[in-house]
Amino acid sequence: MSEHKDLTRRRVIKSGAAAAAAAGATPYFFTRAFADGHGYMNAPKGDTVTFGFNVPQTGAYADEGADELRAYEMAVEHINAGGGGMLDTFSSKELKGGINGKKVKFVTGDTQTKSDAARASAKRMIENDGAIMITGGSSSGVAIAVQGLCQEAGVIFMSGLTHSNDTTGKDKRANGFRHFFNTEMTGAALGPVLQNNYGNDRKVYHLTADYTWGYSQEGSMIKYTKPYNWETVATVKTPVGAGDFSQFITPILSSGADTLVLNHYGKDMVNSLTQAVQFGLAGKQVNGKDFTIVVPLYSRLMAQGAGDNVKGIFGSTNWHWSLQDEGSKAFVKAFGEKYGFPPSQAAHTTYCQAILYADAAQRAGTFKPSEVGKALEDFEFDGLGNGKVLYRGSDHQCFKDVLVVKGKENPTSKFDVLEVVEVTPRAKVEYPVELLGGELGPYNNG
Amino acid sequence: MDAIFLQFLNGLDKGGAYALIALGLTLVFGTLGVVNFAHGALFMMGAFCAVTLQRLLNISYERVSETETDFLGKPLKEQVPYLQDIVGTDTAAWIGDYSVPLSIFLAIIVMGIVGVIMERGLIKHFYKRPHADQILVTFGLAIVVGELIRHYYGANPIPQSAPNSVSGSANVGEWFGLGPNVIYPWWRLVYFAFSATVIFGVFAFLQFTTFGMVVRAGMQDREMVGLLGINIERKFTIVFALAAIVAGVAGAMYTPILPPDYNMGMDFLVLSFVVVVVGGMGSLGGAVLAGFLLGILQSFASMQAVQNLIPGISQIIVYLIAVIVLLTLPRGLLGRKGVMED
Repeated sequence: MSEHKDLTRRRVIKSGAAAAAAAGATPYFFTRAFADGHGYMNAPKGDTVTFGFNVPQTGAYADEGADELRAYEMAVEHINAGGGGMLDTFSSKELKGGINGKKVKFVTGDTQTKSDAARASAKRMIENDGAIMITGGSSSGVAIAVQGLCQEAGVIFMSGLTHSNDTTGKDKRANGFRHFFNTEMTGAALGPVLQNNYGNDRKVYHLTADYTWGYSQEGSMIKYTKPYNWETVATVKTPVGAGDFSQFITPILSSGADTLVLNHYGKDMVNSLTQAVQFGLAGKQVNGKDFTIVVPLYSRLMAQGAGDNVKGIFGSTNWHWSLQDEGSKAFVKAFGEKYGFPPSQAAHTTYCQAILYADAAQRAGTFKPSEVGKALEDFEFDGLGNGKVLYRGSDHQCFKDVLVVKGKENPTSKFDVLEVVEVTPRAKVEYPVELLGGELGPYNNG
Repeated sequence: MDAIFLQFLNGLDKGGAYALIALGLTLVFGTLGVVNFAHGALFMMGAFCAVTLQRLLNISYERVSETETDFLGKPLKEQVPYLQDIVGTDTAAWIGDYSVPLSIFLAIIVMGIVGVIMERGLIKHFYKRPHADQILVTFGLAIVVGELIRHYYGANPIPQSAPNSVSGSANVGEWFGLGPNVIYPWWRLVYFAFSATVIFGVFAFLQFTTFGMVVRAGMQDREMVGLLGINIERKFTIVFALAAIVAGVAGAMYTPILPPDYNMGMDFLVLSFVVVVVGGMGSLGGAVLAGFLLGILQSFASMQAVQNLIPGISQIIVYLIAVIVLLTLPRGLLGRKGVMED
C-alpha cells in the first residue's frame, strides 16, 4: 500500500516537475509580445514607459548599487523634464520631455551581485512590471547573465559597471550594450603609463580574482606590459571574498618579483591592497628597484575604503568627478546638489546608459528593441563626460578616452582620493572587433 | 625556508583569530549546551566597536573655511572634532592614533551587555530545545545583526589603522638569522601576542578561580552542580557574556588586519565551527589547538608550490583535515565522550 502511495506521490511530483519544466521552456515572452499586437516585448500602453533598474541593493556592492540608483532616479527626472544635468550638455538634442510622448517611470530589482538573483529580478521586472529595458549591475558575471536573459526575453539591456572583455566579446548579444570600458582598454591605456613611470624589465606577480573579470584583467595587463619586457613571475588565482590575503602575499616577498598587479575589485581590492602595504611591499627594494603595486581598475568608492594605502598607486577608471569638461561639471553639480556628495563612476556610467537609451528610442520613434538598437549602433556623441564617444555597431561597445589615475598623495577631502594623471585618447584604446571574438547574433524583439 | 617561516607566522595570527572565536563557541557549548551560530556576529560587533569609537572620537562641528572650497566650488565646510577643542590637538591626535587598542575597553563593556541581554532575552529559552532550533534562531539572529550593521555602517569595508608605532613591518628574519625577505607586519605580531594573552587569561580564569571551577564542573555535569545548590543560571549568563567579550575584543583588534564589514562574522563563523568540531565539541584546549593547527595548515596550503601540486587545495584544506580527523578521531582531537552523542 505504501509502495502505491509512494509511487503515486512520485508520479505527482514527476508530473508537476515536467509541467513546470514545460512552462519554463515555453517562450512566455514570445507569446506575450505578439499578444500585445505591437510586435515587440512590453510595448508601452498609455502615457508611460517603464525602465527596470537592476542594481545590487544588498551584498558587497550595495554602496555602488545605491549610487547607481541615485543616478538612475536623476536621469529619469532629467528625461521627463527634458533637461538638467548632462542632458543639457549632451550633443543630441532630441529629448524634449519624456520619450516618444510618454513619461518614464521605473521599477527596481536587487541583483545581490549573484547571477541567479540578478536574472530572477530582471525576469520579474520584465514579466510582472512590463519593463521595456533593463539596466544596471556592478559585476561582469552578473552583466553577462542578465544580458543573456534580456536577449532571450526580447528587451534591451544597457549594462552598468562591467569591465570584463567578455561582456562585449565572446558573450556579446545583439540586445546588450555597454558604455563602461573594458580590460583591453585598461591595458592599452595603463601599459605605456606604467612604462613611463617604472621603466622596462620588471618582474611581475599577479594576484587575480578567480572569475571571468579577473582572468580578463590579468590577460590584458600581461599583454600590454610584455612589450616593455615586464616578465610574469607568477599568476595566482585568489578566491573571491577571501578576506585575509596574507597567505597569498607572503610568497611575493621571496619570489623575486618587483611589481605586484592586483587584479581585484571591490572588497577584495581594499583588503589585498591594505595587506600588501602592511607587509611592507610598498616600501621594499627588489632587483635594485622600488617595489611597485598596480591596481588596474580603480573605483573611487573602493579607493576610499583602502584609505591611505592607495597613495601613489596607478590604475584606470571610466570617469572621475574631478574632470573639468562641461558634461562632467554639469553632472557633478546636479548630483552634488541633489545628494550632497560627488557621483562615482558607477553613477556616471548608469546615468549615461539611461540617457543614451532614452535618446535612441526618441530618435528611432519607437521602443522596439531592434530599432532602438540600430539607433544606438555607430552613434557618435559628446557632452557626457568622456569627450567624443562612439557606440560601435559591430560589438555594442562604447569607445572613448580612458582615464589613468593615481592615488592622491595629499587629498583635500574624503572624496579627493584619486588624481587623473593621463587621459588616453580613444584612438589608442580602439581594437578590431575580431580580437575579442563572439557573435552579436540577431536582435530579439520578444 | 623564508617562505615557510612566513607562512608559519601567517598561520599563527590567523589561527589566533580562529582560536579566540572557537574558544568562546566551545565555552558556550560546553557549559550551556547551546550551538551559537551568532557567535561570528559577536566577533563582527566587536570589530564595529572599534569603528564606533573612531566615529565617536570624530564627532565634529562645522566650520566654514574662508579660503578653501568644496567639490562644487562653494566654501568648504570643515569638520572640527569636539575632542580637539576639549583635550587639545596633540592629545586628540594621540587618542585617535590609539583608537583600535582603546576600543578594547568599549568592546568589553558593549559585548558584556550584549552577551547578558542575548542570553537572558533569547538563548535561555532554547536550553532545552533541540540543537536544530538553536542553530536556526541564532543563525537568524546573526543575519539580523549583519543587516543592521549594513544599514547603519554601509556595505563597504571600513579601514581602521593600527597605531603609528606598530604600523610598519618588523624584520623578523634578522631576529632568527633568516633572510632579509622575512618581514612581517608589526600589528599581526601584536595580534598574535594579544590572542595568546587572552587565551591564557581565559584558561587561568577557569583554572584558578572558584567561578572557573564551578564552570568546569558544570561542563562535566551540569545537573550535579545544580543539585549542589549553585545558581547555575547566573553562571551561565556570565559565561555567555565572557564568550561574547572574548569574541568582541578579538574582532576589535582584528580591524587593522581586515577592514570590517557587515559580513565578516559569517566569514569567520563557518571556519570557527570547523575548528570547534576538529578540536572536539566542548573542549577548550581542543579549540585552541585546532585553531592554530588549521590556521597554519591553511597558510601552507596557499603556497605556490603546494598549489601547483594540488590546485585549489587552499580552499578545501580545512574541510579535508576535518574529514580526516573525524574519520580517525570521531570526537575530534581532544573531544570528550558523551558530548553531542545523545
